[in-house]
Amino acid sequence: MAKLELRRVVKRFGDTTVCNGIDLDVEAGQMVCLIGSSGAGKSTLLRCINLLEPIEDGEIFLDGSDISIPGLDPQSVRGRIGMVFQNFNLFPHMTALENAMLAPRRVRGLSRAQLQPEIENLFEKFGLADRMGNYPDQLSGGQQQRVAIVRALAMRPEVMLFDEITSALDPQLVGEVLDVLLLLKQQGMTMVLATHEMGFARQAADKVCFLKDGRIIEEGPPSALFDTPQMDETKAFLSRALK
Amino acid sequence: MTRIFALAAVSCALMATTALADGHCAAGKTMTEGKFTIATGNPAYYPWVMDDAPESGKGFEAAVAYAVAAEMGFAADDVIWVRSSFDEAIQPGAKNFDVNMQQYSITPERDEVVDFSTPYYSAPMAVLVSPGATDTPATLAALKALKWGGVGSTTAVSKLADIVQPDGDVLLYGDNADVNAAMSANQIDAALFDLPTALFLSAVMIEGSKVIGQFPADAGDDLDQFGMLFEEGNPLKTCVDDALAVMTDNGALAAIEAEWLQDTTGVPLIK
Amino acid sequence: MANDEAGGLSRRERYEKQQRRRSSLIAAASTLIVLVALVVLVPMAPGWEKVQKSFFNGAVLAKSFPKLLDAFKINLMIFAWSAPAIAVLGLLIALARDAKSPALFPLRIFGAAFTDVFRGVPVILTVYLIGFGIPGLGLPRPWNSPYIWGSLALILTYSAYVAEIFRAGIDSVHHSQRSAALSLGLSERQVMRDVILPQAVRNVVPSQMNMLIALQKDVSLLSFIGPVEIFRQAGVFKSLLANFTPYVGAAIIFLIVTIPATRYADYLMARQTRERR
Ligand SMILES: Nc1ncnc2c1ncn2[C@@H]1O[C@H](COP(=O)(O)OP(=O)(O)OP(=O)(O)O)[C@@H](O)[C@H]1O
Ligand SMILES: [Mg+2]
Repeated sequence: MAKLELRRVVKRFGDTTVCNGIDLDVEAGQMVCLIGSSGAGKSTLLRCINLLEPIEDGEIFLDGSDISIPGLDPQSVRGRIGMVFQNFNLFPHMTALENAMLAPRRVRGLSRAQLQPEIENLFEKFGLADRMGNYPDQLSGGQQQRVAIVRALAMRPEVMLFDEITSALDPQLVGEVLDVLLLLKQQGMTMVLATHEMGFARQAADKVCFLKDGRIIEEGPPSALFDTPQMDETKAFLSRALK
Repeated sequence: MTRIFALAAVSCALMATTALADGHCAAGKTMTEGKFTIATGNPAYYPWVMDDAPESGKGFEAAVAYAVAAEMGFAADDVIWVRSSFDEAIQPGAKNFDVNMQQYSITPERDEVVDFSTPYYSAPMAVLVSPGATDTPATLAALKALKWGGVGSTTAVSKLADIVQPDGDVLLYGDNADVNAAMSANQIDAALFDLPTALFLSAVMIEGSKVIGQFPADAGDDLDQFGMLFEEGNPLKTCVDDALAVMTDNGALAAIEAEWLQDTTGVPLIK
Repeated sequence: MANDEAGGLSRRERYEKQQRRRSSLIAAASTLIVLVALVVLVPMAPGWEKVQKSFFNGAVLAKSFPKLLDAFKINLMIFAWSAPAIAVLGLLIALARDAKSPALFPLRIFGAAFTDVFRGVPVILTVYLIGFGIPGLGLPRPWNSPYIWGSLALILTYSAYVAEIFRAGIDSVHHSQRSAALSLGLSERQVMRDVILPQAVRNVVPSQMNMLIALQKDVSLLSFIGPVEIFRQAGVFKSLLANFTPYVGAAIIFLIVTIPATRYADYLMARQTRERR
C-alpha cells in the first residue's frame, strides 16, 4: 500500500476539466516530481490532494483510507499533509517564529513554551536560527520560503506538497531552498513537487510525472523519463524545457 | 375692540391709493420706498398668526403689524410679508425685512447686535406639564423636582435656570414639536413657555398636557417682553416706537391683545 | 578644494542641502503671503466689523467658553461608550455578512438588511425615530433616557458603515493567505481570527479612524432629542446673546480634539509602515 494513492481524480472548474482522471502512487519516503507546461493542472492537483479543492470524481487515499469522501472534515487531513506555495504566503503580521507556531498551538493545542524547543530546532536546521524574530518582509525570498517550509513542518506532516516553491526566487536563492528539499528527503519525508527545475528533478526525484491537459501522460524514474521519453508530447516538452 | 381694528382697516383703505407723504416718519427709511416689509416665522403659529397666513391680519402679531403699519401711514396693501429664522435675523449683513416680529424677547445682549422696538407685549412665563404630571401642585418646590425641558433658542432657558432652578439636568430641543415628542415619550415632565404659547400647545398640540401655572411677568431678573427686531441702527425704529406709543396710549394695543390672546387670568400664579 | 569649504559634504549632499533650504524658503514665503492676505485683506472688507462682532467676539467667547467646555464633556461621554460598541457591533455584522454556514443564513440576510437600512437613512432621522420612538412605547424612567436611545441610534448607524469597512478590509486580504492557513489544518474560524482579521483590521485603521472623527462630530445630533451637549449649549448662547461666536467656540473645541486625533492616526499609520520595512 502506497502512502498516497490517487485514483481517477477528476477536477473541474465550471466547464473546464483541469484534472482529467489522474492515477498516482506515492510510496512512503518517495519524492515525486510533477512536470508539465503552464496550465497543465499541477497546482490544482496538489490543492486537491490537500483538500483545498473538492474533487468531482475519483478517490484519494492516505495510508489506505479515503480522504476524499464528500462531507469529510478536511481539517484533520490537512494537518497530516503539509503544503508550501510558490509565493510563500507567510502571514505578514507575525514573526517567523509566530508563523511556525500558530498551527501547532491552535490545532495541536500546545503552548508556546512546549513548542519552543522543537520549532527552534527546525529553524536552526534550516539555517534560520537568527531570523526567528523577523517579520516576513524583513526576510529575503529564500529565507521566506524556508520559513514557509518550517511552518508546514511544525505540524509534523506525513506528506509534504511543494508547488513551484523556487519559481518566485532570484536564481542565486534557488539553491538554498532546494538544499532543504534534499535534507527532507534524507530524513525520509514523503514529498510531491510541482516544479520547473528539471535539473533538480532529474537529480533528486524517485519518480517524475509529465502532466498535460489534466492527465499524466508519462511517468517513470527520472533517468528513463528524461533520457528516453516514450511519448511525443513528453519529447516536445522536454526539448523546450531543457533548451 | 373689533371697532378699533375696523377703524384701522378703514384708514388703511383710505390711504391705499396715496403714496407715502413726504412728511411721514417712515419716508425713505424702508427697504422699498412706500412698502413696509415685515418678517415672521416659518411657520408662524397660533395665537400669534392665524393659519400661518399673516396677510389676513388675523392673530395677535399680524393684527399688531397692520395696526402699526397703518399708524405709520402704510396702506394694508403696502405691507409685505417675508419669512425668516432667528439666525437670519441676527446674522450680520443686509436684511430682507424692515422689521422682524416673532415673539422676540428683548434682552440687553441681543440689543447689542440688533435693535428692538419698545415692547408690544409682556409675556408671563407658564409651566406646561406632560399628561403624566398634571396633578403637580403649582408650587416652586414641587416644580423643582420635575424633569424639565424647553426650546433651546428661547429665553425660557435662562428663565428656567433663574426662577425654577430644577434639581436635575434640563433637556433642550429645537422646536415645540420636539418638546411635544419628548413629553409623549415621557422623557420630560414639564417645559417653560411664554403663556400664550403654552396655552396653544396644551390646547392644540400636546394631547392631555396642561398649563398648571404662570409666573408673574416680572419674575426673575428681568421682564420677558416681546419687541419688533430691526437691523442695528435702523432709523425706522423711532417711527415704529412712536406708532406703538400712540397705540398704547389710545388703547389700541390692549384691544388687539384682548381680541387675540386668550384670557390668561384663569391660570394660577405659582408661589 | 570644494570639499574643504563644505566641511566634508559630498557634492551631492551639498546640492541637496541647498535644495532643501531653497524649498523651505519658498514654503515660508508663500505661507507668509497667504497669512498676510488673510489678516490684512479680510478686515478691509466693508462688512468685516459686523462679522467680527457676531462671529469672533472675544467677550462673548470668554463668557461662553467655560460652559461650552462643560457641555463638551457630554459629547465625550457619549462618544466614549458609543465607539467601543460600534467597533464590536460593526465587526459582528461584518462577520455575519460573510458567514458561510447555511445555519447562519438568516444572520447573513439580517446583516445585509441592517447595513442597507442604516446606511440609507440620514443619521438625524434615526436619532429621532429611535430617540423619541422607542421611549414612546412606554418604557419607564430611566430606561427611556434620550442618552440611551440616542446613543443606540448612533451605534446602529455607525456600525453599519464600520461593518462595510471591515468587510472591505477582509476582502483586501489575499485569498492565498486563507489557502495557506487552511493548508496548515486551521479551522475556518481560526483562519478568520488569527490570519484574516488581524490583517484586515490593520488595513482599515485609517478609514476607521475617519469614522471615529465623524462620530465625534455626529454625537452632536443627539442635541435634537434633548441632551444639552456642546452644539445645543452653543445654540442657547447664540439665542441668548444674539451672537454666533459660541458656535466658533464649539468649533475650536472640536478641532482641539479632532486635529490631534487625525495627526495621531496618521502617525500610527506611518510608524506601522516604517516598522514593517
Ligand atoms: N479557481 C479556479 N477557477 C477556474 N479555473 C482555474 C482555477 N484554478 C485554476 N484554474 C485553471 O485550471 C488550469 C490549471 O491551472 P493550474 O494552476 O493547476 O496549472 P499549473 O499546471 O499549476 O500551471 P503553472 O505552471 O502556470 O503553475 C488553468 O487553465 C487555470 O486557468
Ligand atoms: Mg501552478
